Amino acid sequence: MRRWLDSLVQLAAPALLVVAVGLVSTTASPANQVYFLNALIAVAIVVSIYVFVGNSGVISFGQISFVAVGAFAAGVMTVPLDSKRGVLTTIFPLLRDHTIGNVPSLLLAAGLGGLFAFLVGLPLMRLSGLAAGIATFAVLEITHNILREWTKIGPGATTLSLVPDSTGPLQATLGALVVIAVAFAYQHSRLGRQLRASREDAAAAAGVGVRVHLQRLWAFTLSGALGGLAGGLLVHQLGSITTEQVYLELTFLTLAMLVVGGLTSLWGAVVGALAVSGLDSFLSKAENGVHPFGHKLDLPSGTRLVILASLMALVLIVRPSGLTGGREVRLPQRRRRA
Amino acid sequence: MLLAALDVQTISDALGLGAIYALMAVGIGLVFGVLRLVNFAYGQLVMAGAYTLAFTAAWPLALSVTACFAVVVALSLLMDTVVFRPLRGQSPAVMLVTTFAIAFLLQAIALIVDLRDGTLGEVAPSLSYLNEPVTIAGAEVRKITLVAIVVAAGALLLLALLLARTTIGLHTRAAASDFRTARLLGVRANRVIAFSVFLSGLLAAAVAVMMTVQLPFVGPDFALRDTIVVLVGVVVGGIDRLWTATLGGFAIGFVSGLINGLLPTDKTVYLPSAVFALVILVLLLRPAGLFTWGGRAAPERV
Repeated sequence: MRRWLDSLVQLAAPALLVVAVGLVSTTASPANQVYFLNALIAVAIVVSIYVFVGNSGVISFGQISFVAVGAFAAGVMTVPLDSKRGVLTTIFPLLRDHTIGNVPSLLLAAGLGGLFAFLVGLPLMRLSGLAAGIATFAVLEITHNILREWTKIGPGATTLSLVPDSTGPLQATLGALVVIAVAFAYQHSRLGRQLRASREDAAAAAGVGVRVHLQRLWAFTLSGALGGLAGGLLVHQLGSITTEQVYLELTFLTLAMLVVGGLTSLWGAVVGALAVSGLDSFLSKAENGVHPFGHKLDLPSGTRLVILASLMALVLIVRPSGLTGGREVRLPQRRRRA
Repeated sequence: MLLAALDVQTISDALGLGAIYALMAVGIGLVFGVLRLVNFAYGQLVMAGAYTLAFTAAWPLALSVTACFAVVVALSLLMDTVVFRPLRGQSPAVMLVTTFAIAFLLQAIALIVDLRDGTLGEVAPSLSYLNEPVTIAGAEVRKITLVAIVVAAGALLLLALLLARTTIGLHTRAAASDFRTARLLGVRANRVIAFSVFLSGLLAAAVAVMMTVQLPFVGPDFALRDTIVVLVGVVVGGIDRLWTATLGGFAIGFVSGLINGLLPTDKTVYLPSAVFALVILVLLLRPAGLFTWGGRAAPERV
């Protein structure tokens, strides 16, 4: 009973937090709503990275590749037919002459992200440590290079625009909830527990029969699928996207969110994404002058990045295990008498 | 046909780039050796040096270069005291992401400083005359290439002597191979680390001086791309030893220099894909490093 309640709290806490952000976003003005949507999509991306990096303990700089694939797949396939022939002239006729709806495009994004991650993971999951970090980074570089240059599958180096902006408060909240629920279900499953055991001690886990590489591959694939879905959400929120928006900067920012929140817990991933993204939004508003708590705050432009980066470094130096300490939410424990 | 294009100038340019990357690789490898920390913010040290050169362009050359070395070394030591020291013993992921944050921070500060005059980017022209070619055996070679090769060879030789022949060098090598045992045997951790950080700062300043010759236009992302490439080279070469890391840095610089010279620009669009596919292949075949002999590291025993 107690264990059941504990797991319920572990799922409910991040889910409620996301729902709260979604609800608040509906009351915000259209100009401010975009910040809340950004935060919800950041949650989806960071949790998708957490599914692999957090559960396996293997660092990966390649997860944004799957976000990019999802974003461009969902984007290219949902541009309305009549404008598509005009703007995307160079792509394969099959892609040019068909358009799919909003939900199918998100499913396609998740499917392609998962497939891509599976294919990449097959050879790469044997690596660990820095070699894994650099190899996954190479995947990001290759993905970016191909998306940017191969104009038969997308817009190439130009902006992909006219994507229906269907990611409003409802879709962003639901999307983030789906990603959180899948991540939760995975880490409590047999597969997830085996992978987490290998994170703590790869040799010991292998010793009790965990096939470490295979477990990493499943997590990588799942993470790719969730990343693809998050990419779909992202492109439907932005309405237009370039390959540069799903590349290095997003990689560093989302990894920083994960580590700031706490690498080894779902709660940490959600808290880190919301905290960093919220702070970023607040500071960019403050550069234009805001009035929090009755005081006028007007930051000179450019200080946003300085404050954001210093706070991130400070959190990591003072609390290296992240804001949440890498732990899930727990009910207060009843103290045992000795 | 390709070989015909392989003239002396292409090779010498590639050697020059390889030499500069080798110096950056040493700077990254030295700190990794004693701290087990991959310093992503290394490129921002070079960037700070380049900005110093740009802001002191009106000064006499020797003074300007001295200022560059002073600023970079001071920043490097400051980074050690404020950031690296509290992080000692943390997991590699935390240390790496913290250096991301530091890199962002330094770039953001550079952006604010740079934008004071209303335009983005500064020019550091003091040493541009080194771009002029000299004729050696009928082939034109840029002076900076010669300077880069000589400086890199000299610096590596000095470093090798320093590590091999002095007490502090011996301590550094001991700390790099087993930090805890070295400390038990009386090696002073802070001194060894400060020594490595100091040397890596000196190297970053030298790199800054040579890079501004080829790219006198300095912006906040100066040397960022180069750092990423060098990091890849260092890991591919084998980060656990200083000389394999250096060789990795040199190799990736030399190869990218050669390819750039060989291929016409309209054919290079998929070049990054080819290069990084090669990187993946090497990592799969030799995860401990291309130049590491003895195959892969022994599996952990418990």
